[in-house]
Amino acid sequence: MTTVPTLAPTWLHGLWSEAHWVQKTALILGLALAVAAVLAPAIAPFEPNAQSLISRLRPPLGFDRSSPGHLLGTDELGRDLLARCLYGLRLTLTLAVLGATLGLVIGGVMGVLAGVAGGRTDAVITAAVDTQIAVPFTLVALFMLSVFGTSMMVMVLVLGFAGWEQYARILRGEVKRLMQLPFIEAARAAGASPWRIARVHVLPNVVSPVVVQFTLSLSNIILLESTLSFLGLGVQPPTATLGAMVGVGRDYMPTAPWIVLAPALLILAVTFSVQILGDWLRDRADVRLRVR
Amino acid sequence: MLGNALRILLRMVLTFFVIVTLVFFATRLSGSPLDFVIGEGMSVEDRAIMIRYYELDRPIWDQYLAFLGAFLDGQFGLSFIERRPVAEMVAERLWPSAQLLISATFATLLVAIPLGIVAAVWRKSWVGSAVMALAFLGYAVPNFVLAVFLVLFFAFWLNWLPVVGNGTPAHFIMPTLTLAAAMIAAIMRFTRNAMLDVLGQDYMRTARAKGLPESAVILKHGLRNAGITILSVVGLQVAALAASGSVVVESIFAWPGIGDLLVTSAIRRDYPVLQFAVLTVALAVIVINAVVDLAYAWADPRLRHSGGR
Repeated sequence: MTTVPTLAPTWLHGLWSEAHWVQKTALILGLALAVAAVLAPAIAPFEPNAQSLISRLRPPLGFDRSSPGHLLGTDELGRDLLARCLYGLRLTLTLAVLGATLGLVIGGVMGVLAGVAGGRTDAVITAAVDTQIAVPFTLVALFMLSVFGTSMMVMVLVLGFAGWEQYARILRGEVKRLMQLPFIEAARAAGASPWRIARVHVLPNVVSPVVVQFTLSLSNIILLESTLSFLGLGVQPPTATLGAMVGVGRDYMPTAPWIVLAPALLILAVTFSVQILGDWLRDRADVRLRVR
Repeated sequence: MLGNALRILLRMVLTFFVIVTLVFFATRLSGSPLDFVIGEGMSVEDRAIMIRYYELDRPIWDQYLAFLGAFLDGQFGLSFIERRPVAEMVAERLWPSAQLLISATFATLLVAIPLGIVAAVWRKSWVGSAVMALAFLGYAVPNFVLAVFLVLFFAFWLNWLPVVGNGTPAHFIMPTLTLAAAMIAAIMRFTRNAMLDVLGQDYMRTARAKGLPESAVILKHGLRNAGITILSVVGLQVAALAASGSVVVESIFAWPGIGDLLVTSAIRRDYPVLQFAVLTVALAVIVINAVVDLAYAWADPRLRHSGGR
């Protein structure tokens, strides 16, 4: 037991020293973005929705007509762009994490259930997974948001349903594989209930693929949420996620390109770092499997 | 072979049926359909008349069967807003969408397969890394962000390309690029992996040993074998990516296709149009998937000969 605290740092250290510079950059960038999102209320220079009609459409500092204090300039209602970007980032990441977690819960329960129960339950869940894979989810999301309205809760539900089938697919496979192994059979022979087997013997063994899938699905969900918000089907104004800011800002592209550029670049930074981290984790997990 | 085809067909029908059912119950779950048709300001008596007229007082299963029946009869309803048959509205959007899809698919195949081969053959030199970095870029950049950058650069800064509509060939350039970017990235990655699997095979060594030039070895013996796997992914990826991609791309560039119709009807809550457009696109994706499955079974001699018996 005492080896655990000393083991973890060396493992982390090994991870860091063998990382490519791109991966190190992505990690630092990702952490910086996460910190910025968490601290948004403390570090934002203005209220995100405070309008000031005298200083509308001011460019970022350093350009002509820029307004002092507005580092990234202001938007069409004179709202500070930096503050809106920080709050937008915060909301984008919050929605993504909630959505990915919900997907993990739904998919995890379904996958483990299909793997442990087998039989008809397995067949039904597999059919549901296949249907979900067969239909492009953007369509489903458009439909659901239009029918059920664009509240925050509906958005999280939609984002949660966006990725559950991947968890279910992976977990079902892993569980099926594990169920063949002798130690599970021993547990079954000793009279352990399916629930106990799932909790005590299966779950600890599937943590690694689930963590990898979580990171990968996080970037998909960020993309989906930004796309839906961009199209005007996300959280409603004046609250904005980064995607919605790009969507509104495109009307001002010829005269005030900074309104659209700032959130667009921020989205790029987010998707880049999350994608690279996800690929990195997946490669690590693959290596582990191969070594074993 | 025939049994396989039948199985694919059956799954296709089943998937579509599930989608139709889900669409029906989702619209009913969200409240009375009357709220959308009529809006507010209606007396209780009038409401009751309307409910009886539309037979909304019948059990939900009867309504569901009536819905399926109308569907099979080809009655898909009228648009709430334009008061036109939805089938007509969707039909006139099909060809522009197909045009964009075809041009994006061509661009994808033209760029992605050669680059994927290059990335596999020169995987250890900087060329391979550069190609893979490009693939990553195409994957990680959301298509609406790419579209915004393209518009800022080519339309507003250089003043070279038009932004809105589909009038001239020049109108095709930016939408095609945007739609193709993600597909190129996906297919390039996949071509590389499929080629890498093939490059290590014994028959490649044999082909080299009998003195064939390297280009013939890679293109004839390598690509032909990798091609079967690439084909299957091209079909699946193209269908899924095109469906979600064209929603965004058509909406940004005001392209008069189904994707644009989907977004406008979703925002205006024109349910009959939205419902029919979703079902049309879903059907298209399912059919493309089934065709790819069949083509895959046909193209792979091992499956072609073993499937029948």
